[in-house]
Amino acid sequence: MAYRSPPVPSSQITPRSIYLRRREFLAGAVAAGLISVSGARAEALKAKPGPYATDEKLTPLKDVTTYNNFYEFGTDKADPAAKSDNFKPKPWRVKVDGLVAKPAEFDIEDLIATMPLEERIYRMRCVEAWSMVIPWTGFQLSALLNKVEPLSSAKYVAFETVVRPEEMPGQQGLFQALEWPYVEGLRLDEAMHPLTILAVGLYGETLPNQNGAPIRLVVPWKYGFKGIKSIVRISLVDKQPPTSWNLQNAQEYGFYANVNPQVDHPRWSQATERRIGEDGFFGSGRRETLPFNGYGEEVASLYAGMDLKANY
Amino acid sequence: MRAIEIGTDIARRAKNHGKAFVWALYGVGLLPALWAFYLGSTGGLGADPVKEFEHRLGLWALRFIILTLMVSPLRDIFSINLLRYRRALGLLAFYYVLMHFSVYMILDQALDLNAVIADIAKRPFITIGMASLALLVPLAVTSNAWSIRRLGANWVKLHRLIYVAAAGGALHFMLSLKTWRPEPIIYAAIIAILLAWRILRPYFLKWRKSMRMSAAR
Repeated sequence: MAYRSPPVPSSQITPRSIYLRRREFLAGAVAAGLISVSGARAEALKAKPGPYATDEKLTPLKDVTTYNNFYEFGTDKADPAAKSDNFKPKPWRVKVDGLVAKPAEFDIEDLIATMPLEERIYRMRCVEAWSMVIPWTGFQLSALLNKVEPLSSAKYVAFETVVRPEEMPGQQGLFQALEWPYVEGLRLDEAMHPLTILAVGLYGETLPNQNGAPIRLVVPWKYGFKGIKSIVRISLVDKQPPTSWNLQNAQEYGFYANVNPQVDHPRWSQATERRIGEDGFFGSGRRETLPFNGYGEEVASLYAGMDLKANY
Repeated sequence: MRAIEIGTDIARRAKNHGKAFVWALYGVGLLPALWAFYLGSTGGLGADPVKEFEHRLGLWALRFIILTLMVSPLRDIFSINLLRYRRALGLLAFYYVLMHFSVYMILDQALDLNAVIADIAKRPFITIGMASLALLVPLAVTSNAWSIRRLGANWVKLHRLIYVAAAGGALHFMLSLKTWRPEPIIYAAIIAILLAWRILRPYFLKWRKSMRMSAAR
């Protein structure tokens, strides 16, 4: 099936003059101590603007990099930024194996140098009913999977995060929120969908540790927890793979985890969401949550005939 | 006669001092809320200031409930008498619960009453939180000398509802989180110990009395 990206209206493209000033913004943020530079230094990434941009206001970099769920570094939203300085995202290798003709290990530097990097501005809807708009830099997961040639027996893709208790304080101690490694999964058709990307950067630079350096999954029509971070292994498998939050609490987190305002989380409504960094303290305009996070036109057909209430 | 006058004067001054301390306690007790409000209005509460404000107010509510419940065991076990501050502590707890709920309703849910009602009806942790708030209302309303006189022995019975509200508050906190964390467990453990004390108290007092009597002999 040939897929043609919808054309990007010029209104959705950030004016070049503003886009070029992102470094100034970053430099200012670093100077203000908002971004940690003691760990791996952010490097600029060359990427062409990709499809699916949005004209919604970007979530400020400060919020994108200080309000994170990355339980490997702690359960508080501020933990990943505060406690990830010792994490070493380089050198890094990603193993791609399982039901493929050509299993391989990829070096992150090679991926950044050789894969067709695009900037994709996606909405990110967390299962906790908040959302952001983030300019990712990455490439389609399909591009990587095509390199290893999935066998016809491959039906699902399983992902795994690194386990490094010595660098990731959330993986040590008495209260461990989840079982490690963090694992996630997609159906093969979801993984091959052009919206699904592996991100290596945001705001034009390599990923900060707290956002899943050096490489993470972004599936914009699903809740944020599907976007597994700091990936070391991708396996093609024939059965639905286990996923971390589903293992932790199957009643609250399903395998599919498609953004769906009709299906509430047992402990809160998913009908609305709060946009981070925009609404401020007062007059917080909760906005309506859209089916498939607004990407229904692109992905709803993947689930034709499926009961989305049962397969939450 | 002069001695008596001086005596009443001292007593009156002590009483005034006591009152001043109680008012100071209200002032100090409300500072965390004011501080969080200031931080939130000036961008100091992080990326999701509404949630952070809401959570801080909830935590302070639990802290003041714990302080309220500590007054009686402190007196029983350590002979530290803070009874005159108990009403202020209890009312502060109530004010924080009320602020916690108001922020949830006004800032978090943006006064979407349908959403709030649906939450209260459908989400057990919110149902429990709301029930605990409701239980505290009659206690707050009767936290005055007139009600104590008027209700007599019933006042004491009525105010035992704080035990249920405290347990509800601890449970509300524990059930609101996605994973097990130390904080809600610590709060729940402290409240459990303070509630257990209410059961053990008569036995403790009886034991101490018998110890004293045998010592006197």
